[in-house]
Amino acid sequence: MENLYAIELRNITKTYGREKQVAVDAVSFHVNKGELFGLIGPDGAGKTSIFRILTTLLLAEQGEAWVEGLEVKKDYREIRKIVGYMPGKFSLYPDLTVAENLDFFATVFDTTVAENYELIKEIYVQIEPFKTRRAGKLSGGMKQKLALCCALIHKPRVLFLDEPTTGVDPVSRKEFWEMLKKLKMQGISIIVSTPYMDEASLCDRIALIQHGRILSVDTPENMTGNYPGQLYAVKADQMYLLLKSLRKYPEVLDCYAFGAHAHVSFKNAFEAAPLKAYLRGEGLSEIEMKPIPASIEDYFIKLLKT
Amino acid sequence: MKQFVNFVKKEFFHVMRDRKTLLILFGMPVAQILIFGFALTNEVKNSRLIVFDQAKDPASQELITKIEASRYFEVERSVADQQQMEAVFRQGKIKMALVFPAGFNASLLHEHKAQVQVIADASDPNTANMLTNYLSAIVLDYQSTLSKDLVVPYRIVPEVRMLYNPQLKGAPNFVPGVMALVLMLVCVMMTAISIVKEKETGTMEVLLVSPFKPILVIISKAVPYLILSVVNVASILLLSVFVLELPVNGSVLLLFGESILFIITCLSVGIFISVKTDSQQVAMLISLMGMLLPTVLFSGFMFPIENMPYPLQLFSNIVPAKWFYLIVKSIMIKGLGFGAIWKETLILTGITVVLLGISLKSFKIRLS
Amino acid sequence: MKEIVIKTDRLSKRFGDFTAVNEISFEVQKGEIFGFLGANGAGKTTAMRMLCGLSVPSSGKAEVAGFEVYRQSEEIKRNIGYMSQKFSLYEDLTVLENISFFAGIYGLSNREISEKTKALVEQLGLEKEAKKLVAGLPLGWKQKLSFSVAVLHQPKIVFLDEPTGGVDPVTRRQFWDLIYEASEKGITVFVTTHYMDEAEYCDRVSIMVDGKIAALDSPSNLKTQFKAGSMDEVFYQLARGAKRGD
Repeated sequence: MENLYAIELRNITKTYGREKQVAVDAVSFHVNKGELFGLIGPDGAGKTSIFRILTTLLLAEQGEAWVEGLEVKKDYREIRKIVGYMPGKFSLYPDLTVAENLDFFATVFDTTVAENYELIKEIYVQIEPFKTRRAGKLSGGMKQKLALCCALIHKPRVLFLDEPTTGVDPVSRKEFWEMLKKLKMQGISIIVSTPYMDEASLCDRIALIQHGRILSVDTPENMTGNYPGQLYAVKADQMYLLLKSLRKYPEVLDCYAFGAHAHVSFKNAFEAAPLKAYLRGEGLSEIEMKPIPASIEDYFIKLLKT
Repeated sequence: MKQFVNFVKKEFFHVMRDRKTLLILFGMPVAQILIFGFALTNEVKNSRLIVFDQAKDPASQELITKIEASRYFEVERSVADQQQMEAVFRQGKIKMALVFPAGFNASLLHEHKAQVQVIADASDPNTANMLTNYLSAIVLDYQSTLSKDLVVPYRIVPEVRMLYNPQLKGAPNFVPGVMALVLMLVCVMMTAISIVKEKETGTMEVLLVSPFKPILVIISKAVPYLILSVVNVASILLLSVFVLELPVNGSVLLLFGESILFIITCLSVGIFISVKTDSQQVAMLISLMGMLLPTVLFSGFMFPIENMPYPLQLFSNIVPAKWFYLIVKSIMIKGLGFGAIWKETLILTGITVVLLGISLKSFKIRLS
Repeated sequence: MKEIVIKTDRLSKRFGDFTAVNEISFEVQKGEIFGFLGANGAGKTTAMRMLCGLSVPSSGKAEVAGFEVYRQSEEIKRNIGYMSQKFSLYEDLTVLENISFFAGIYGLSNREISEKTKALVEQLGLEKEAKKLVAGLPLGWKQKLSFSVAVLHQPKIVFLDEPTGGVDPVTRRQFWDLIYEASEKGITVFVTTHYMDEAEYCDRVSIMVDGKIAALDSPSNLKTQFKAGSMDEVFYQLARGAKRGD
């Protein structure tokens, strides 16, 4: 296997239990070197299983996968030396201090904090004031930063981040993505999974996943560009009534709430006047409508519904 | 090597920072020794007894005095009739009654034979049994002093000597038992829990995805418990020597050596449990039900194995604690050397090798 | 004037010298969808617990469904529904068993239980799965089912703690349809979420920062007030200044 990609999967399948419930269904994609790649899908879509297969924690039933040209089953020892992994669960020792956690993980990887301090410096300075505090007493955002430091301490070539932002508030999430962008510039290939669609646009390329199957792999721009037809944002004073009314309107193909607006697609050409009149007749006011570019979430919804 | 040392250091941090664990680790042996030593004793001391003396003659008086003089009984009171006696029993304060029939002395003198009735509250059969044995012994003893003056042919009076434990103290029995129990708890349960905890917190995943050899993860988690267990053995021995006044008759070094062997047995069981379970509760339940219960039941320290049905006796052979219990008893109480216990040691080693083999083999380098 | 179903007045909760919730005062009207936002550790969960009668406040006043939280927590519990992302249903019971169990808890009669169970299964389209274990259902269905169970006894208020975390975008919207429906029936919905687009679906939103309510208004008013294009920006402006985490 030539060492072309940071990660490559070919037809990876994984089932669980006696009933052979399919968690990962013939998944194939690759991650280029130095790329920030997002695996995006809801809970239970198979993201964690894929991460565990790639980090040599699970064996796939079928298919092949490589990390930096190393085969996940045969070369698991080598892979474990060159990857950094941050599991979805809080994976620090809550009874050890910040510094002790970091030191410990450094020794596990046969290195020292001093050796690779440059890499983590920018993140670590933010938690350094609390270095004698027990990890269990840190705030969510701090824990996340410490876990990232621990996963980076041995200067991995590929970084696996499994749902690092789940349950984290929007402010901490933004900060986290800022850190990832900086790490990318250091030449580390990063694969990150998330259920938050709005984070997709921050990645170089993304894979949308549902029920163990990859629905689409592309750059976020190409995906939204590929959205079939034109999408309209409609707004009125009562959201639920608006949704119900739009769904009854014969010209409407699909409609769903999206923030303050309803996103609507039409079967044929869009005509504003009759729709506005119809909505007024339904008892709505303050009606606004405009064409909008689709977002990743719109694209995902489209894929899920077809 | 540095990795390993650091790992062990981290384990000690865990243990030292968890007050509850610390309390269990070091409080348990002390509590067990004190409870077994002072509260749960099965020795009989100053048991209260009532006398229903219908004879009131010299012989009956003499026997009562003798009984009262023994350290086992204390004559609470005399009763005047049957109803009164039954009433006292029903109150439950009295465990035993001695009834002399009228004309006790006379029949003893004339017929060389007399009867006394011993009534025991058998709702606690063990105590009742023990008390009647003691009482019978005193009566027999009295009989033999009488017989001295008589010419009775071919009478065999057995003289009983209680070897190793002439005062029939409970301590020699339970100290080895407590040692087995404590080691079992610390090594099996604590080790299993501490490993499973890493699985629960997700740190095990991170450790597996590292160049650190998975098997070393497990071994380094076992090391602190090995050390702590040796400390526990020492503290149990110190307590038994200085608090219970039960000396170690044999070689202390040999005792520690055998203890370490047993500790390794327990650690392999703990590792095995941790490999097979994913939550701390399950690990704890299995440790308690699967290991602690057989230790209590089949090591011979609470219930004599000889009295069990044959299949259970056979089963007791695979309970490591049984062999350890025999070894500790031999060294500590009987003061025997390795020559006397090599067989038990060999069996225990065999069990250990098998268990260690199983647990190392079942250990996986991946999740599930 | 609409009926007020939740009313707090300088409600506080202190743990030692840490003030988790610091004198919050607000009112929620009947049938309103009230978004309760805040960064991790801002005090949302603590405040919600007090309102559900699970935790006694340190000071201040609060009335929920007409009952006051200090002494009438039992009455409160009978008049509210609760659903969280972490616990909702028993995985090892079937769909039917779960529904009957929760209906039973709220003291519905046997006839009511069987009627409601049947109606609910039909409404959710779970006929085929009714006798299957909940563990085997997709997450989105579980969440929908557990919401329906939480409002089965027609509570005055339903508390939802991050009900849509990790759910796919289509199911998430179906879930909000359920919320709208409940609100139309007059059930007040008190909901926390980390999805800022969902904040827009609420009638009014409160944003907690460091134990205090930093902003409370309708999404459109908040956006005007903070000169922001989306609730995401509003939240970011407010929570960025937060001093503490969880």
